[in-house]
Amino acid sequence: MRRYLTPLLFLSPATLLILLFFFTPVVATILLSFTDLSTTTFKNPSWVGLRNYQDLLADPFLKKIFFNTVKYVALTLTFNVGMGLLLALLTSLVPQRIGDPARALWLLPRILPPVVYVFIWQGILAEAPMGLVSDILGVSKNWLVAAPWTVVILANGFVGASFGMLIFTSAIRAISRELFYAAAVDGATTWQTIRRVVLPMLAWPILFVTAYQTLSLLTSFEYILLLTDGGPGFYTTEVWSLRAYHLALSNYFGNVEFGLGAAMAAVLVVIGVVVSLFYLKIFNFKALVSEPKIEIN
Amino acid sequence: MPILPRNWPLWLLVLALITLPIGVGLLWLLLTALFDQVHGLRPVGAFSPENWRFLFEGSVGGRPSIWVALKNSVFFATAVAGLEVLIASMAAYAISRMKFPFRTPYLGMILVLHAFPAVSLLIAIYYILRVLGLFDTLIGVILVKASLELPLGIWLMKGFFDQLSWDMEMAALVDGASRWTVFWKVALPLVRPGILALGTFALLSAWGEFILPFTFIVSGKSWTLALYMQSFMREAFVDYGLMAAVGLFYATPVLLLFLLGQRYLLNIYSGGVKG
Repeated sequence: MRRYLTPLLFLSPATLLILLFFFTPVVATILLSFTDLSTTTFKNPSWVGLRNYQDLLADPFLKKIFFNTVKYVALTLTFNVGMGLLLALLTSLVPQRIGDPARALWLLPRILPPVVYVFIWQGILAEAPMGLVSDILGVSKNWLVAAPWTVVILANGFVGASFGMLIFTSAIRAISRELFYAAAVDGATTWQTIRRVVLPMLAWPILFVTAYQTLSLLTSFEYILLLTDGGPGFYTTEVWSLRAYHLALSNYFGNVEFGLGAAMAAVLVVIGVVVSLFYLKIFNFKALVSEPKIEIN
Repeated sequence: MPILPRNWPLWLLVLALITLPIGVGLLWLLLTALFDQVHGLRPVGAFSPENWRFLFEGSVGGRPSIWVALKNSVFFATAVAGLEVLIASMAAYAISRMKFPFRTPYLGMILVLHAFPAVSLLIAIYYILRVLGLFDTLIGVILVKASLELPLGIWLMKGFFDQLSWDMEMAALVDGASRWTVFWKVALPLVRPGILALGTFALLSAWGEFILPFTFIVSGKSWTLALYMQSFMREAFVDYGLMAAVGLFYATPVLLLFLLGQRYLLNIYSGGVKG
């Protein structure tokens, strides 16, 4: 036993925090979803079995929220993967001294504080005289209210595209030079080289990025919360995770319905656990994330 | 690609066009912050120090002073990064160097958690912080933020320790150094690139963090810059000039890092850091 004391000491802070903020919350989400915890019953909630889930299914807006979620995930994912691919290809088709800074520029939406990033979108889309879009189009209106879905998808997409871009770029760089030379000798055009040499090599990374981002988009709501907070109007851009958050943690609707929010979150948590376990099985995760290629230049 | 197409300037044009919105967005922020009146991207007024009044006035509209928010943000970001790097390095060192039961399942768990979307746990974490008495404290949010990024940090640091040759540590152990001394004095200094990479990532991510403080902090005295700025967004009348100035002030460290260390940033984010 004594010989395991040292590893135990090294591992205990991390293990403690992971138990406290990953494992306990997973269990707690599921347990809380079976209670009637709310503002009025915070001190002594009672066990209500499956009632929250029945309420959830009976909610007339559940269908709208479900389809909003599908729309949000599908469209943002398409933008992310498509734009990521386009950017990886374009930055590889120009000299590296231009391609690298361009790629770095695409990191900015990701590293800018989300509040500042969203403010820029709101400002540009505002009415004239401030709003740039109104100024250019000559029609003064709040474009965020006029086309909320387009904005939600673009704003999320500009952040998400860089993930695919970086992964696809490393995959392109890993393709052996000989293949490109052979294609050139055979007289292949740029399009043929991309189609026959590059894209086949990207099949696996594309699958990985798609799988990975599906899961994270399903649960992400930070940018929607800041941009539209589910509006404008009634549940226009409200997605599943945002609805769970609103129910449990914002008194926007008066009484906070913690149990019901937990039931919606529990659905996501269960999907998250199952899907990430599944990813560990199908993807050679070790090959994809295990070797960080970080150098300091 | 090894061979550039002859018509690469054409591709560059396409790249420039789709990248344009990012540059335009930043330019809009800069101009709106600096001038009294901006129509789209055309400044029509004079340079406006009025937008920057939040720096000199004690409080704008009953908010805490920006300097309080700045202090909180600096404390929050450095504490998160410090905790994350230290705890992740310790765990990664054990996984990389030591034998213990359940080592493989532990590693598998870290990987699964790395893919697991932690935001779905916010509701339960709210409850846990309330129970622990850490709700509405910066310490509580720091612990949550550092914990949620631990799987990524452990995985990243393990990669660095794995690449390190064992000889130096072996020599130190033979000379009678304790495991902790070897870790602290020999191994950690050798993985400095990893510490820098994880540290930068954690600093940036904590500096921008919005949803955690927004959910778990109520009192104005614990506001971070993210909450300070967001409080203006909720107002009926939006003062774009003032908000742009606050935003520029808040984003300055990020923009500086971007200007000075582009290649460094690219390396960090290409190195398997979660997207």
